[in-house]
Amino acid sequence: MTAVSMTVNGKAVTAEAEPRTLLVQYIREQIRLTGTHVGCDTSQCGACVVHVDGLAVKSCTVLAVQAEGANVLTIEGLASDGKLHAVQEAFREHHGLQCGFCTPGMIMTAVDMIRRHPGGLDEKTIRAELEGNICRCTGYHNIVKAIEAASQAMGQREAAE
Amino acid sequence: MTISAIGTSPKRKEDRRFITGKGNYTDDINRAGQAYAYFLRSPHAHARILGIDSAAALAMPGVVAVLTGKELAEDGVGGLICGWMVHSKDGTPMKAGPHPALAQEKVRYAGDAVAVVIAETYAQAKDGAEAVMVDYDVLPAVVDAKAALDASAPLVHDEIPQNMVFDWELGNFKETVDAFANAAKVVSLDIYNNRLIPNPMEPRAALGEYDAGTGIHTLHTTSQNPHVARLVLSAFIGIAPEHKLRVIAPDVGGGFGSKIFIYAEETVCVWAARRVGRPVKWTSDRSEAFLSDAHGRDHHTHAALALDENAKILGLRVKTIANLGAYLSTFASSVPTYLYATLLSGQYNIPAIYAEVQGVYTHTAPVDAYRGAGRPEATYVIERLVEEAARQTGLDPVEFRRRNFIRSFPHQTPVIMAYDTGDYDASLTKALEIADYANFTARRATSEAKGRKRGIGFSTYIEACGIAPSAAVGSLGAGVGLWESAEVRVNPTGSVEVLTGSHSHGQGHETTFAQLVSSRLGIPIDNIEIVHGDTDKVQFGMGTYGSRSGAVGMSAIAKALDKVEAKAKKIAAHLMEAAAEDIEFKDGKFTVAGTDKSLAFPEVSLAAYVGHKFPTNEIEPGLKESAFYDPLNFTFPAGCHICELEVDPDTGVVTIEKFTAVDDFGVVINPMIVEGQVHGGIAQGIGQAMLENAVYNEDGQLLTGSYMDYTMPRASDLPSFTLGFTSTPCPSNPLGIKGCGEAGAIAAPPAIVNALTDALRIRDFTMPATPERVWRAANSARLAAE
Repeated sequence: MTAVSMTVNGKAVTAEAEPRTLLVQYIREQIRLTGTHVGCDTSQCGACVVHVDGLAVKSCTVLAVQAEGANVLTIEGLASDGKLHAVQEAFREHHGLQCGFCTPGMIMTAVDMIRRHPGGLDEKTIRAELEGNICRCTGYHNIVKAIEAASQAMGQREAAE
Repeated sequence: MTISAIGTSPKRKEDRRFITGKGNYTDDINRAGQAYAYFLRSPHAHARILGIDSAAALAMPGVVAVLTGKELAEDGVGGLICGWMVHSKDGTPMKAGPHPALAQEKVRYAGDAVAVVIAETYAQAKDGAEAVMVDYDVLPAVVDAKAALDASAPLVHDEIPQNMVFDWELGNFKETVDAFANAAKVVSLDIYNNRLIPNPMEPRAALGEYDAGTGIHTLHTTSQNPHVARLVLSAFIGIAPEHKLRVIAPDVGGGFGSKIFIYAEETVCVWAARRVGRPVKWTSDRSEAFLSDAHGRDHHTHAALALDENAKILGLRVKTIANLGAYLSTFASSVPTYLYATLLSGQYNIPAIYAEVQGVYTHTAPVDAYRGAGRPEATYVIERLVEEAARQTGLDPVEFRRRNFIRSFPHQTPVIMAYDTGDYDASLTKALEIADYANFTARRATSEAKGRKRGIGFSTYIEACGIAPSAAVGSLGAGVGLWESAEVRVNPTGSVEVLTGSHSHGQGHETTFAQLVSSRLGIPIDNIEIVHGDTDKVQFGMGTYGSRSGAVGMSAIAKALDKVEAKAKKIAAHLMEAAAEDIEFKDGKFTVAGTDKSLAFPEVSLAAYVGHKFPTNEIEPGLKESAFYDPLNFTFPAGCHICELEVDPDTGVVTIEKFTAVDDFGVVINPMIVEGQVHGGIAQGIGQAMLENAVYNEDGQLLTGSYMDYTMPRASDLPSFTLGFTSTPCPSNPLGIKGCGEAGAIAAPPAIVNALTDALRIRDFTMPATPERVWRAANSARLAAE
């Protein structure tokens, strides 16, 4: 066991981890933030996506020790001052979730996707970009709509600022 | 005050916790002192266990216990059960082999649980399992159901000859034989309905606890029906008396049928918690889920349709061999029988139907209900046959269907079901408009000019939902009547709790059920809490599957609301010194008819708890009512799905150009949620038709045991869908609801394969339509010449 320190959702944390402990296990079991989920064991489903130093990563493919000193953002840290992030709002507005299990990973992926496409997103691009996130409930129809709407809302918000 | 009426789409109440990471799934729950379970699974599909040596494992760091079938037997824990009795043609009951939660003497599929290692951490439990030495005598295995019937096939259960669980029949044999004798034309197909793995995104999990002080066991688990789990664990498996066992299904991340069943692992966790004296937690990893969750479908079918000279259907004959896996899962026997053959009439007036089904053991994971459960298999048979019959008679598939539609209701089919209402032409006509069928030929020509092959395929499906009238299913062999319960608790301040036996694992009950209460009592949905999934809180209930929550669960709530309203009227009458029959209740207000005297709902609810001088022989204090609702009939959602697709013959890649779905679900509570259900169903239907396929090799090893091998539909595999609705309200329940959960998974596969065979102008195609298979089909002439 080694003590591993990082910043999670703006807070400095330190907790024990084995060399084999995955970042997702560290977040769920040590930091007790259970919004990040584990849906597979082959890094395919994307339920565990978090942001590490501003980039969307599957936290099941990173060892906790590799994230030493990193700045980690999980689904719990996305809303600020009690106000939902535009992507969270869009998922609710467009019924982009059913059972909710893939949702945190979907939202974290979508935030990153929108950030990487400042010129906006069309349906085809969104579907291609969702390659690493599996949803079994929604058929993706409303997830795509939610991301499209969030991308527009965020673009407009930035333009207004 | 906002009332959320039936037929409107308020945003979901449950969403806020899910989009902020505050959901409460079983694996999110932790208890002080909890240990972790890891199941050691058989690497062989069939073997005798000669010995299990746990000594090395017990010496590993952190290992608390290693438990096997021996300890399970010592403690008198019974085997898992199948809750639906099916009788063979000769009247004998089905033959079910024993199903211990941990294997005893033999393992019967790769993944069969042999031992459980309990340790301080999950990783230590896993390490411990590596050190358990199991001495196997490996035996030959059989994985294909047809092969399993062969006299030379290895036996899954030694005492069951030919691996045959039942040889069952339904329908009118003599009339069907006569229909074929008199037919002007007979159309037949051989069909394999591919095996699927349900894959809800949340893997199964269980957290067992035992309180030695009270003797109470608590099981948190990923269940669609926690009360049924408690009943089975208590009455049949003997884990604990029912009043000493609490089962809680908190937020559950999808089910699709696979979380109905009472599995080995959940059983073991609650037993092990008592045995080791600590909370025991197990969370399946995805690889285990592939191996051990009940699979779906896997039917071999030969089916034939008899037609007269005017292309009217005279009869249908079906012979199916259904793979049931190595053990009978909880509802395994009902899926390929009463949930399958009863739907073979589809939307058509078929005077004679005869179906035979052989249920067969193989050395594979148990097969049970998966989204649609028998109904997708039936619909695939009839919709493929009808399309083929249209082609062979030279009729447009639309015209062929219209000629054979049932047009008057109620309609008694030859296979038990009595359809109560419907308008099949209406949904077909609307779908044709949306799909722009009129201009299909022009679009096909455009594709041809690009070297592409375009096809269109139809599926006019029917489903039976709202399982089920207890009298009917009881006489068909179900162990329990499938009614539903509700309790409506009005608080003094006028807010309401509804305790329901239905369970939501993505369906949005917290919103739709609240809409019903809001519209009836005139209070906002935010003042209504839907309580479900906890046997300590909720009276007995049957859970959620087969689209029964609306038709059955909400009907129970409606019945309880009737009682609440009647009692509240009495209280209002007393308060306003009027006769109860003069009280009108509308928009949350009690009014004395013909006067301006009125009371708001919270005034009456408060009086119910704090009022004085009630005439106690007429009014008891309080405002809380419960109801049990036993449906009169199944409900029959139906509709028309149309798939238009394009094939690139050079690569075999199929692109769905447009997928149209028009459904008649009767009364719709929340269109937004219903559309979401249709989307998800279609996605799973497309998955079956184009992507998903569970494959065992001949040794019984699952070759498609991860997301690297089993093709889950991804966003880029699917189009956006175009939906439409028609409505004939269901006359068999007070709300007119039919149900919407399975429609897409039922309707989509035949629509897609009908379109694909139309595009390639071939007679048949076995799912899934992967590029390699499609390329072979598109180039079959060339391949044959080479």
